[in-house]
Amino acid sequence: MSVGPALDAGLALLASALAVWVVLARQAFGAVVGFVAFGLVLSLAWLRLGAVDVALTEAAIGSGVTGAVLLAAVTRLHCARPVVAAARCGRRTRAISIASAGLVSAGLAALVLSPTDPAPTLAPQAAAALPELGVGNAITGILLAYRSVDTLLEKIVLLLALAGIWSLARDGAWGDRPAPPGSGRRDGTLTLLGQVLPPLGIVAGIYIVWVGADAPGGAFQGGAILAAMWILALMARLADPPVVGRIGVRLAVGIGPIVFLAIGFAGFALPGGFLSYPAGFAKPLIIVIEVALTFSIAVVLGLLVLGPSARGTQR
Amino acid sequence: MSDAALYGLCSAVLVGVGLYGTIVQPQPLQKILAFNIVGSGTFLLFGVIARRGAAADMGGDPVPQAMVITGLVVAFSATALAVALLLRLHDEAGRADDAPTPPATDDETSGC
Repeated sequence: MSVGPALDAGLALLASALAVWVVLARQAFGAVVGFVAFGLVLSLAWLRLGAVDVALTEAAIGSGVTGAVLLAAVTRLHCARPVVAAARCGRRTRAISIASAGLVSAGLAALVLSPTDPAPTLAPQAAAALPELGVGNAITGILLAYRSVDTLLEKIVLLLALAGIWSLARDGAWGDRPAPPGSGRRDGTLTLLGQVLPPLGIVAGIYIVWVGADAPGGAFQGGAILAAMWILALMARLADPPVVGRIGVRLAVGIGPIVFLAIGFAGFALPGGFLSYPAGFAKPLIIVIEVALTFSIAVVLGLLVLGPSARGTQR
Repeated sequence: MSDAALYGLCSAVLVGVGLYGTIVQPQPLQKILAFNIVGSGTFLLFGVIARRGAAADMGGDPVPQAMVITGLVVAFSATALAVALLLRLHDEAGRADDAPTPPATDDETSGC
């Protein structure tokens, strides 16, 4: 375990250095690449902190899907454009910003270094009720049982973001297909990857959802992998982006939250409370919710990456 | 120094660096990135708190960890929406620097 402290120090330094690079980079493209690397370093840090579920989510969402959105954006914003000199802050603004940001950092550092004994924890309570749920992974238990309202609202936030992005479409393109991702060139390598990777990726995604009940994994991480496979197929032009106004697309987007809400409201009638599961049925209900959520998450993430409808971009 | 304290200091640095970038960075896309770094620092701080609460054979308190997962998803949604708004603004104005009146010293940006 002698490598441990050195590894921790290296990861912490690397994450800080990458953050500085992202903030100070002169070109947006370099900043975006730095941000993706920053996400991957952070997911290693999460592993070191013993939070494997968070590490998976950080790698899939914080680095992967966000990276896809940012790279697509930076390409459209004309990649290698230098910073406009006129828009930069003056020396005094910079000095004040450094001072105030440093003050916030110092305050947080003081908080971190001040000892709390005993440290507050809910781990024993979370562990105590797990056998009743029939779920081995405490985080899945928290996300889908103890604090399932959080998870439900998180899905609603995803839907709101999607509605926001769709509403940015131009009038003529309303409800049409989004522009396909990627450069638009037919590329042999991309076509091969688009044919070979999705079968493997779909299996891996479903596996991560399935083991999420007892091991690190879950609906969101699995859904992100499925979404990535869909995006890959779209980039290779093996499939067309969907017509977002179609009822099937709307249903695919909404089915997860609808199932979640339906089971939630059924909780009023059976065990007597919103989102509470009847005794003995917690595990099957959690699985039903996870499957529906995974499907919706994959579709919503893919559509968020695709962006608003565009006209004249498809053949 | 324990690993939790080390990553705690790292999270404090990330929040500071991100805040600075959010204020000073003139490019809107990099402003969004800087704001995301503030978010990452906050999540990491929460992860450190979770690590300290390790008990009952768990590597960390699972409640903050689950909340970080939710937070990551919400942060992604907000980022995707912000980027879409930025792209639309770029389409409207012909350029992404959200200046309503294009300045005369624009020769740097027109070539790309």
